[in-house]
Amino acid sequence: MITLGHYLIVSAILFVMGVLGIFINRTNIIIILMAIELILLAVNLNLVAFSAYLHDLVGQIFAMFVLTVAAGEAAIGLAILVIYFRSRGTIAVDDVHQMKG
Amino acid sequence: MIAVAAFYLFASIMIGSAAAVILSRNPVHSVLWLILAFFNAAGLMLLVGAEFIAMLLVIVYVGAVAVLFLFVVMMLNIDLAEVRSGFARYGIFGAAIAAVLAIEIGVADESWHSGALQLDSRVAVTPDVATMPNIQALGAELYTHYLLIFEGAGLVLLVAMIGAIVLTHRPAKGVRAQNVGSQVRRRPQDATRNMNPEVGAGMEL
Repeated sequence: MITLGHYLIVSAILFVMGVLGIFINRTNIIIILMAIELILLAVNLNLVAFSAYLHDLVGQIFAMFVLTVAAGEAAIGLAILVIYFRSRGTIAVDDVHQMKG
Repeated sequence: MIAVAAFYLFASIMIGSAAAVILSRNPVHSVLWLILAFFNAAGLMLLVGAEFIAMLLVIVYVGAVAVLFLFVVMMLNIDLAEVRSGFARYGIFGAAIAAVLAIEIGVADESWHSGALQLDSRVAVTPDVATMPNIQALGAELYTHYLLIFEGAGLVLLVAMIGAIVLTHRPAKGVRAQNVGSQVRRRPQDATRNMNPEVGAGMEL
């Protein structure tokens, strides 16, 4: 029998993997964006699992809004990445501190 | 029994492909592994009866976000040797932070099992699947109690779309476009002049 705990463990592993992905790919901003998507996926999985096991529909509605924000964030992030690449010819994040001022 | 087997299958493939996303050397491979992870997460959501969210995950994430990632990754033509240089420097730090997070989540899970938290009553009780399918119940709840937030989500998507267009749009250079406004505003007295130059003096145009 699959319980809520199983789902929580799976989504916790996924979340931690996303956080780890941000750190071990510090210089590749595309993989960082993908790791953020993994984190949001883990959050969604948590919300849906709680919603199903507690018989409360609101969790799935929250998951929908999280999905919306994730889609918008990916679009804006990739747009920023594209104009950054156009102006500098590279996407190494170590150079990003030159953007200020 | 088959549901248990399906859970372990989906969960293991999802975690494995998530590991491949963050460890893959080629960003294109990372995007493809990400798509596999999304598909398996949709399968996990199907197992608990959240059909609409599962289909939304496939349509929005696989159909839109992952394809957008793939498009950008292939368009940018990244130097792979340059972007892999920071692995050893940040790996230990990242592992430490991930370990702290894992311990915290474990503590939360344990306290959940010991019954320390008292949950409030349910906000929207899920109706029986036999009388009302998941998508219908979700729609009724969404359009009844969360209409304003739903429109706010639409606004978020609109702002994201306009922002992405404004950021990446660049007007084409070297194109002689017709300026209709200036053509319509032009009057005969702006375009022609009556001159009466002296003989042999010439005139300046």
